[in-house]
Amino acid sequence: MSNGDNDFVLSIRGVNKTFGGLQALSDINLNIEKGKVHAIIGPNGAGKSTLLNTCIGLLTPDSGSITFGGKDLTKSMTPHAINQAGISRVFQTPQIFPELSILQNVMIPAFAKRDGAFSFNPLKALREEEGILNEATTLLDDLGMGEGAHHHAGNLSRGNKRRLELAMCLIQHPKLLLLDEPTAGMARHDTNRTIELLKKIKESGMTKVIIEHDMHVVFSLADRISVLAQGAIIAEGTPDEIKGHPKVREAYLGSAEI
Amino acid sequence: MEALLLQVLNGLDKGGAYALIALGLTLVFGTLGVVNFAHGALFMLGAFVAVSVQNVLTISKKVKDESITFFDAYKETPYLEIWWGDFGSLIIDFSVPIAILVAIPVMLLIGLAMERGLVRHFYKREHADQILVTFGLAIVLQEIVKANFGANPIPISAPDAVAGSVDIGSMFGLTGVVYPWWRILYLCFSLAVIAGVFAFLHMTTFGMVVRAGMHDRETVGLLGIDIQRRFTIVFGLAAVVAGLAGVMYTPILPPDYHMGMDFLVLSFVVVVVGGMGSLPGAVAAGFLLGILQSFFSMNEVKQYLPGIDQIIIYLVAVIILLVRPRGLMGKD
Amino acid sequence: MHQIITPSSRGKDLSILLIFIAVVLTAPLWGSLIGAGYPDLLQKFAIFGLFAIGYNLLFGLTGYLSFGHAAFLGVGSYVTVWSFKLLSMNVIPAVMFAVVFSGIFALVIGFLSLRRSGIYFSILTLAFAQMSYNLAYSVLTPITNGETGLRVLRDDPRVIDNALGVTLEGSPLGDLFGITLTGYAGFYFCAAMLILGFWLSLKIFRSPFGMKLVAIKSNQTRMEYTGFNPRPYLLSAFVISGMYAGLAGSLMAITDPLAGAERMQWTASGEVVLMTILGGLGTLFGPILGAATIKYFENIFSAINLQVLENTFAFMPEWLGGIMVTITRPFVGEGWHLTLGVLFMLIIIFMPGGLIEGFRRLSRLFGGKKAASETPAAESEGGVK
Repeated sequence: MSNGDNDFVLSIRGVNKTFGGLQALSDINLNIEKGKVHAIIGPNGAGKSTLLNTCIGLLTPDSGSITFGGKDLTKSMTPHAINQAGISRVFQTPQIFPELSILQNVMIPAFAKRDGAFSFNPLKALREEEGILNEATTLLDDLGMGEGAHHHAGNLSRGNKRRLELAMCLIQHPKLLLLDEPTAGMARHDTNRTIELLKKIKESGMTKVIIEHDMHVVFSLADRISVLAQGAIIAEGTPDEIKGHPKVREAYLGSAEI
Repeated sequence: MEALLLQVLNGLDKGGAYALIALGLTLVFGTLGVVNFAHGALFMLGAFVAVSVQNVLTISKKVKDESITFFDAYKETPYLEIWWGDFGSLIIDFSVPIAILVAIPVMLLIGLAMERGLVRHFYKREHADQILVTFGLAIVLQEIVKANFGANPIPISAPDAVAGSVDIGSMFGLTGVVYPWWRILYLCFSLAVIAGVFAFLHMTTFGMVVRAGMHDRETVGLLGIDIQRRFTIVFGLAAVVAGLAGVMYTPILPPDYHMGMDFLVLSFVVVVVGGMGSLPGAVAAGFLLGILQSFFSMNEVKQYLPGIDQIIIYLVAVIILLVRPRGLMGKD
Repeated sequence: MHQIITPSSRGKDLSILLIFIAVVLTAPLWGSLIGAGYPDLLQKFAIFGLFAIGYNLLFGLTGYLSFGHAAFLGVGSYVTVWSFKLLSMNVIPAVMFAVVFSGIFALVIGFLSLRRSGIYFSILTLAFAQMSYNLAYSVLTPITNGETGLRVLRDDPRVIDNALGVTLEGSPLGDLFGITLTGYAGFYFCAAMLILGFWLSLKIFRSPFGMKLVAIKSNQTRMEYTGFNPRPYLLSAFVISGMYAGLAGSLMAITDPLAGAERMQWTASGEVVLMTILGGLGTLFGPILGAATIKYFENIFSAINLQVLENTFAFMPEWLGGIMVTITRPFVGEGWHLTLGVLFMLIIIFMPGGLIEGFRRLSRLFGGKKAASETPAAESEGGVK
């Protein structure tokens, strides 16, 4: 095993988190390899979203460290600083700007990438931002959302809101993309479209962590899989290794959902 | 030492008023999730219940003044005195305690009407809309009062029996701590009301459901309990508490139409300092800020820090927010 | 509900600005048609229009509801009168100092208030404004002249004026290099400021900065996880809107050289909220429309007394007229604030989109297909392609 730190984009070491008396995460150790798609699976309430939340500054772990690009994310880093460092996230319930147009939704993160956490330019007109306008338009066209990009994002279907949020993350070219159930609640053909899209991004070499219930999605995308149950990692390996893992079968049979 | 004690006492009755208003604000916010900018107006309305009661009791007619003999003089004599003589005067003298009895049903009705008629329709709207509509209501209420009672403060007197002062210091072996009876009464009254509200919330099933609802509204709703109706009653309760605080405050401060807003702003600060949603926090912060305010009104302090009495409460709020944003006893 | 920030075309923006300028400069003409053709009232339209435009940049774009903007209005007025007293009756330094000082004041209050959001923010701004008001009335009397209000006196130093040998003749009035700003001169000065303020507001509406402010309103959490630090954006918006308020306060003091603490009262803060909402929160023209509407009707309603009411209802049978007078009496004259409060509630309950939204609905109703397609999002089609 080449365990040189350089290969890892994100290193989670000994992370614990309790809510009240509940151990939500116990001694999590996880390395995310550069350029790979790492899936985290597990039954409901296993702590998957909690784990992602500790990575973006939404939650602070009780102990342990999360290292990204040489920085410890648990050391009072604000959400925007973590994003500026190169982590973008797609949420379980789509987080977009419903009052802005679809195009503007995608322009906003592009501004964040270009100008940093704060820039003051009230006299510059939006139409003069040709670079960002073109970039956003191109990306939306690529995702098949170019048509009607001037409509309110709030009116989009749930599936399209997810795709929009994905676009908002992609335009930032993050070093690490966190996806929390990108296909949950989607119709079959939407799911397939999203898988195709994610495969396409995979070729770009962007590192991704993906939480997913749909095993079809997981096995068609992931390079590596970690299985989380009751706040602990019970198995880790390649998709093939995980498929045959006895502990995984046990954990999944114990819960209602697979 | 004596001067300090006096200031603490001075602060306690003001603090009592803050605590009572803040308690109602917190109750309504905790249960209904609504920031009621018209809550100060309820305090003001309570005070004007006292004014109305006094006005009604002293409806009078001109009677020839027998004590003046060398010309025909007339004086206004209340009907009550004409009918019942000394007993009538006694009733007039006790107009504030009578107003308390009147205020309870009146304020309850006003509170229920307010919740049913207006606030209820704003549960699902944004906080900004809730603030704005109750703010508009506060303006309307105070303008109505102004139109009916005029813009000037209206003096109300406490019953003669408690109009004097008492030498509190002598009880503790101190001299010179003389304090008006009514203010002591006010303090006891506010403590009693606060205790009553807490007892109600902690010892009755109704109260327990309300507290559970403050904690987690959805779950309680899922239990099949009609939380809505209870919340309506909570709103009425908060209105009564604010109204009573207003009635009792009239002998201390002659009421005028804008007293509600003045107290509301301070009570908001109290709520913020205490921790939004925390009932004990609201009460504690109310008394604390009341005492601080009167302490900083002492001439000994003011001569070093002029004007400090005007802003001390806000300063404390700023410091609290910088150091401990969730307030003294806030949860989040 | 509110107009989207659009990457609109240069030509369209220019025509919006030109139409606005034309409407403002011809105000004395169209004003006289509706009985508002005199400078005192038109001036008020402009001053409160500015106040509301600035307020809209905060509340309309970011959704942060401030209840303390009257404090900045007051600071602007006081600074202006002090500039008159100490430096010169010339309005240029007065306006500049007023804007700068109210900006600094807004920076401090905004920095503290913006540590919290939502209702806490509203409460904090209200508390700060009330604190300023209390201070102006009490301990700051040497600066504010307390209840009497601060006014320009004949024997004030006026260093610059004296150095230039300019002497005060008659009553002290604002002056622009020899032009005394009374009557229509005063109005046109305010109008020029209003045009400037509107131009800046238009710029902000069309800028990435403005778009980010709306994004904060739309989903602040997303903003943070997108890599933005919302607080400096909010603070900038707060300071800018505080400076608008300071400018408005300054113009009040210029057209009537007197500054009183009542200008800082919470009712004044409430009024600007109402103006903004009445016109249309978050829209370009709404705030000015709201300000003008309220000042126009205030002018009419306050002037109505019992006599006027009785004359109005004289055509009715006496008993009916009597009832009508009794009903309407509390709402007019001194009771204008009651009308305002009722209006406030009605707007928020039934028409949260304000007049602009109302017009939009009407035009959709009567304008057929063409108007129907002019929904805000579709509106942004111009320019980008």
